[in-house]
Amino acid sequence: MNRLSMLVVAGCAVAVVSAACGGAKPVTAPTPVANDSLAAAERARNDSIEAARQDSIRRAQEDNERVNRQRSADSLAALGRATEEVRTMLATMIHFDFDRATLRGEDTGVLDDKIKILQANPNVHIRVSGHCDERGSDEYNLALGNRRATAAKQYLVSHGIDAARIETVSYGEERPLAQGHDESAWTQNRRAEFEITAGGDALTKP
Amino acid sequence: MRLAILAACLVTRLAAQDTSTIDRGVRIGIIYRPGVRPGVVVLPGRPAALDSIRAIIARDLDFSDRFEEITLPGSDSLRISTRPPAPRPGTRAPAGGGAQTLGPNYPLYQALGADFAVDVAAAGDTTVVTVHDVAAAAVRRSLRVHLPPVKDPGFRLAVHRLSDQVVQGALGAAGIAATRVLFVLEGKVYRIDQDGAEMTLVSSSDKEAMSPAWSTDGRRFSYMEFWAGHGELFLQDVAPGKRAPVFSTGKALDFTPAFSPDGKTLAFSRATEEGTDIYTVNVKDNCCLQRLTVGKFSDNLSPTYSPDGQRIAFVSTRPGLPQVYVMAADGTDQQLFAPFDYGVTGSSNAPEWSPDGQSVAFHRDVGGTLQVFVLDVRTRTVRQLTSVGRNEDPTWAPDSRHLAFVSDRAGYRQLWIIDLETGRIRPLLQRSGARLPSWSPRLPEGTAVNP
Repeated sequence: MNRLSMLVVAGCAVAVVSAACGGAKPVTAPTPVANDSLAAAERARNDSIEAARQDSIRRAQEDNERVNRQRSADSLAALGRATEEVRTMLATMIHFDFDRATLRGEDTGVLDDKIKILQANPNVHIRVSGHCDERGSDEYNLALGNRRATAAKQYLVSHGIDAARIETVSYGEERPLAQGHDESAWTQNRRAEFEITAGGDALTKP
Repeated sequence: MRLAILAACLVTRLAAQDTSTIDRGVRIGIIYRPGVRPGVVVLPGRPAALDSIRAIIARDLDFSDRFEEITLPGSDSLRISTRPPAPRPGTRAPAGGGAQTLGPNYPLYQALGADFAVDVAAAGDTTVVTVHDVAAAAVRRSLRVHLPPVKDPGFRLAVHRLSDQVVQGALGAAGIAATRVLFVLEGKVYRIDQDGAEMTLVSSSDKEAMSPAWSTDGRRFSYMEFWAGHGELFLQDVAPGKRAPVFSTGKALDFTPAFSPDGKTLAFSRATEEGTDIYTVNVKDNCCLQRLTVGKFSDNLSPTYSPDGQRIAFVSTRPGLPQVYVMAADGTDQQLFAPFDYGVTGSSNAPEWSPDGQSVAFHRDVGGTLQVFVLDVRTRTVRQLTSVGRNEDPTWAPDSRHLAFVSDRAGYRQLWIIDLETGRIRPLLQRSGARLPSWSPRLPEGTAVNP
C-alpha cells in the first residue's frame, strides 16, 4: 500500500518538474533578441523593405514580359490565322464542265481572290494542276487536264500576275478526289487545284 | 507406200510454204472453206509428263481462233488404229497396249470432224510434235525441239513458240501464242502472256506509270511515269529489265510513247502551256528532238506509226472534239483519217495501227460510253466492233485479227481479247482496274529469260 502511494507521489513530482522546465524556456529565450542593438533591427527592416521593392520590380518586369509574350503570341496567332485563311483562299479549287477547259463564270470570283493574294504576296509561287473525271479517255485526259490548268493560269496572268510564278501540271483522271462513279463524283473530279510551291510561310491578307 | 507418204509430205510442205506468201484471208488447201474453221484434235498420249505441253498447245490453238477445237472423250484407245498399218494388215486388234507401233487413227479423227491431229511425244530429251493432215492421212509437219524444264522461266514461252509452229505447219499462217501484253494496274506496268499466264510486274519504281508501248522487235518497251507533275518516258529492255530515261523527256508532261518500226525513233505527246503536240526523238543516238504538230488552239496526241514507218495516225482536237487524223512521219500532209459526222459523232481516241497496215483500231464515244471501232485504211470506212458495256484502248495482236481491249462488260474494267474474224471474245485477265494494254509483236528467242 505504502509503496504504491510513494510511486504516485514520485510520478507527480516528475510531472511537476517537467512542467516547470517546459514553462521556463519560452520566458528566457526572447530576452537575448530583445537585448540586441536597435541598429541591427533597423537594418533588417530596411533589408526586407528593399527586398520587397526589388521583388515587386522583378514581378512587374515579369508581368511586363509575360504580357509582351502574350501579345506577340496573339499577334503571331493572328498572323498564322491570316496565313491559314489566305492559304485556304488560294487553295480553293475551280471546276469544269464535262470535256471542257473553259472557266465557269462563278469561278472567276475564286480566281479574282487568288489574284489579290498573289499581288499582296509577291514572293508566293504556285502550281496549278488540272484534273478530269473518269469518263473520258485515259490518255486524252492528260491533254484535257493540261488545258484546264493552263486556262486557270492564263486568267491569272492576264490579270497581271507574273507567268513565271505559276507552274502548270496535269494528272488527267489519275488522281480523283471523289472515288465514286456517279455525277456527283465526276463533278468534284473535274477541277483545277492550286498549291503553294514557294514563299508561303507567312501570307498577308490582301 | 513409204515413198508415197514421203511424197505427200513434200507436197504438203511446199503447199505450206506457198500459203505463207499469199494474202491473209486466202488459204490454200482442201481444208479451208470461208466461215468454216478446220477442226483440230490434240491427241492424248504418253508420257503423262507431256500433258502440260499438250494442255498449253491445245489452249493456244483454241485461242488462235483458227481451228474448231475437238475434245476427245479422254481415252488413250482413241490413238489406236482400227485399221492397222499397211505392212501387216489385219494382224492386230484395236485394243490394249502396243499403241506405239500402230499408226494414227485417221478415220476416227475424221469422224470426229478433225482436219488436223496434233501428237506430242518424247524422244529422249527431245519433244516431238507431229501435225497430221487427217484428210490426206499423212504427216503434214514434224517438229523436234529441246524444251527447257517445266520450272524454267522460259518454258511456257518455248511451248507457245511450238504452238505457233503448229499453226504455221497446219495453215501456213503465223500464230500469236508467243506474245505478251503489257498493261497498267494500280499505277504499275505489268506483262502477261496472251493465254493469261505469268502476270509479272515490270515497272521498277514507285511512281505512277501509264501508256506502255512495245518496240516492233519485241526486245524493249517504253512507258511514261509521273515525276513531280511532269511525265518522263523510259526505255526498258525486256531481257535484263534495265531502263533508261528517254532523251529530252521529263521536263514537261510527256506521254503516249510509240516506236517507229525501225526502232530508231520514238514519237510521243508533250503537254505544255501551248497545248499538247506530237514530237519525235531519236532514241538510237539520243538526239534530234522534233516537233511534228503545231496546234495553237488544238491538242494533238497519241501517235501510232504505220508498219512501213511512212505515216503516223494520231488524235487531234482541231474539229472541236478529239478525232483520228493521219500525217506523214515527218509531220507534213496532216488530214482527217477516220470519218465522222460533225456534231453527231462522239470523241475518238487511242488509235493503234494494225501490224498488217490495213486497219487502225480506236475507241469512240457512243451515247456517253466508249466503243471499239476499226478504220479500214484503204476505204476509210469505220465499223463498230463492240456494243456491250464500255470498251476502250484496243491494241493489235501481231496477226492483225485479234485485239486486246479494256471492257467493263462483266461489271468492272478488265482486259479482254476479241477475234475480228469470228467475233469471239474472251477475258485475258480477271483483275479490276487493268487498263492501257499493249500487245507485243511475236517475241524473238532470248526474251524469255528473266534475270
